[in-house]
This record gives sequence, C-alpha cells and structure tokens, in this order.
Amino acid sequence: MTDHSIQDRVLKVIATTKRIPLESVLPDSSFESLGIDSLDRLNILFGLESEFDIEINDEDAKHIQNIHEMIEGITQLLQAKAAPSPGE
Amino acid sequence: MHRVVVTGTGVISALGNNTSDFWQSLVSGTSGIREMVDVDISQIRFQNGAQVRNYVSEEHFAAKDTDVMDRFAQFAVVAAREAIAQAGIEWTASLRETAAVVTGSCLGGRGAEEAGYWELFHNGKSRVHPYTIPLGMSNAGTSHISMQFGIEGPAYNLSTACASSAHAIGHAFWMVRSGVAPLAIAGGSEAPFFLGGLKAWEAMRVVSKDTCRPFSAERSGLILGEGAAMLVLEPLEAALARGVRPLAEIVGFGMSADAGHITQPVAKGPARAMRMALRDAALAPEQVGYINAHGTATEANDRIETASIRETFGAHADKLAVSSTKSMHGHALGAAGALEAVAGILSLRHGILPPTANFLTADPACDLDIVPNQARTAAVEACLSNSFAFGGLNAVLAFKSLP
Repeated sequence: MTDHSIQDRVLKVIATTKRIPLESVLPDSSFESLGIDSLDRLNILFGLESEFDIEINDEDAKHIQNIHEMIEGITQLLQAKAAPSPGE
Repeated sequence: MHRVVVTGTGVISALGNNTSDFWQSLVSGTSGIREMVDVDISQIRFQNGAQVRNYVSEEHFAAKDTDVMDRFAQFAVVAAREAIAQAGIEWTASLRETAAVVTGSCLGGRGAEEAGYWELFHNGKSRVHPYTIPLGMSNAGTSHISMQFGIEGPAYNLSTACASSAHAIGHAFWMVRSGVAPLAIAGGSEAPFFLGGLKAWEAMRVVSKDTCRPFSAERSGLILGEGAAMLVLEPLEAALARGVRPLAEIVGFGMSADAGHITQPVAKGPARAMRMALRDAALAPEQVGYINAHGTATEANDRIETASIRETFGAHADKLAVSSTKSMHGHALGAAGALEAVAGILSLRHGILPPTANFLTADPACDLDIVPNQARTAAVEACLSNSFAFGGLNAVLAFKSLP
C-alpha cells in the first residue's frame, strides 16, 4: 500500500463522514477550517478504524492536531499491524 | 408556599448499599471504582467501573417480582424503601392518594432490552420475551415505587441524560413547595453495565482507562457508575408536626439549556442554571459554601464547569469548596444528580465536605478549591448540587442546613 493511497483514503473518510465535497479536504486543511468539532472527530476516528481495520487509541487520537498528523498516525498503525509483534 | 425539607434518603451505589455506608465511604475518600465484573471486559477498551457490589436481588424481592424488574428498577425501589423508612412516614389513605413519585433515569431498562434483542439478532430467534417492554421502559422505576407503596398521586420519570435525577428532584420540590403534592419521593436510578451500552460509551472516547480524577491535570475521562438514590421531600411543618428532625432544607432549583451543541458544553448554560437556583432559593452567592460539582473528569466538563462557577460567583468562587464525588461513586448517569444531592445534604447535616478523590496535581484551568483527597470539617450554610447533561441540559439544586 503506497503512502499516497493511505492519504487518499483518509481524505475520503473525512469528506464522507463530514458530508463535504472531497475536493475541499486537503492534507493541509485544518480541522477548524473544515468545521470539524469534537463529535465530528469521533465520527472520523470511527470511520478510519473501519476503513483501515485498526484500533486508534483514545490518548493518541487526542493529540492529533491536523490531517497531516492523522495520515502519519494511520500509516504508523498500519506498519505496526503489518509487522509481526515480538512474541509471535 | 411551603418550606420543603428532606426527611429521608436512600442509596444503593458502588460505595455501599445504604446511605450510611455511602456516607462513610465518601468522608473517608474511598473510591468504589474497580475492574468491571459481569461484563466481558475483553470486548471493551476500558476495564474499570463503579458497580454496586454484594447485591443479591433475592434478598430484596421475590422471584416473581424480579421477573418484571430490570436492575435499574430494583435499585429505585431499594433506595425508596430506605428513604421512606428513614423518614418514618405515617401513610394515610389521603396521603397515598396525593403523594408524588418523580424519578430520573437516562437508560431505564435498556440492559433488559439488549438481552431481548440479543435473542433476535444473535441467537437466531424470531421472538423476544413478552416482558421486554415492561422491563425496558424508563418509567419502570417510578411505577414500581408507586405500586410498592400504593402511592397514587403525580408520578413520572424524566430522562435528561446525566441531569435526569436533578431535574426529577427539582420538579418534586416545586410540587411540594406549591402544595400540589403533600409529599414526594424523588431521585433516580441507573444500571448501565451491559455490553452494547458500554461499547457506545467506548465510542464516545470519554471513559478513562485509569480512574476518575476530576479537576486533576492527569484526568483522562469519566468512570461509569450505577445505583440509585431517593429522597423524601415534605413541607417543614409536616415534618415538625411528626416530631421528625429534617436532614436539610431544599431551597432552590434552576434549569437551563445551552441551545448549542449536542455534546460540547459551554459555560453560559450551567452558569445560568446556577443563578436560577440561587434566585429560586433567594440565596446570596456568599451564602453558598460548598458545591457538589458535576465534575465528570472529562477535559471539556471540568474546565467549563470551573469557568461557569467563576462566572456565577465572581470573587466568592475563591472562597467556595467544590468537590466531585464522582471520583468515588463514578458517573451514575441518570442517578448521578440524586447520589450527589444526598452527598450535599449529608455534608450540610454533618458539617463535613467530601473530597475529590484520586487527585494528583492541579490543572491551572480548574483553579478552584476542590477539597483534594481528604474530607474537610466545615459548617456550611448552603450548598449547590450541579448536574449538566449531554445535549446541553442543566439542572442545579440548592440545599440549606437546618439547626
């Protein structure tokens, strides 16, 4: 999976859950500029967990400030998921 | 207009299954938060809850009764029995016919409903049990109290999320004050420990994986609780005529709606509810020495509540003691306002303020005197009990100590 496709999928989840045009969601957009409030954030996190089949920790999610960090966090979670865990 | 007093309280909670045990735990700063039992915690991202322990329904009810009583309705009746016994009410036909029952519950018997739907969705059954509706309805607690004691006057349940039982007590207070009812049983009950409900809270990302640390910099969210609390409210003259010493006077009730966001609070609404309660009570802000805070330990609540207390009380906010007993009994949702009203009433009665337990270090955005970790001896003239619900619905009760 390329980084580009992760980015596209994140942007699509944001656009779909917030019900805004995909073109309006850019990696540089701030949550504020897109009108994303605390409940929207929960909805987006829920959508991202389904889209990527991952679990996003509450504390990690709290520290995400912008879409760049969101894409980065998802990428890390996907890498962790792909790598075999130490005890296995 | 009557002066209205509290002559009995009943409690079942993570801090004990009667008022005395509840109060002893509160003043000793003992938390009832433990790893959850009777739910599969491997399916949930948080592990801790404030559950009622050592509750055996057969000790309180016949099997034929529990068949039609969800846990929340049983809690309501258990608490009502204690409150009514403590008040020493002398029932007459006329009193039964006119007394009121007003309860609050957020979820009602949704746990029983879940069990019914589990059969349908999961076990491939085509029917649900015929008791699913009577078990699940949110007014079941009210109805069982009314049936148990033959109370035939105004009786209803209010569901305003985490403010449910504060709204219920406030309405009951106004009915007794105005003379609509000569006596009221008021409070709330909740039993939220069932898988679907816990998963829904998990999705809100507001439940702590640690414990409940209100107003503390280290706070990480709320801890769910369960239980019930009920009050007996009656006119002062009726209590005195029976030779009963009231626990406290209930003097004010204020309500407001934020009219803003479905989950995100603002300071303006809660501040207005506090001002309305003070006005209803004819209390000057300086007469209030203690606030039992809503204090959920979520970032949003604690900062907004601090700001709203400052907005309401001005300079007096620095002379007030404010504590969140949710740090010990958890957030019992629709029962929270009633449990916390009992905490407020008993703090006036005993001259001891329960602490905010589990406190570590101060958050500059929550810079009130929050009575950290240790109860405090303080004779307080009046106190408020704050309840602020998701959906921006706020209810504040005011109590005054009696000699």
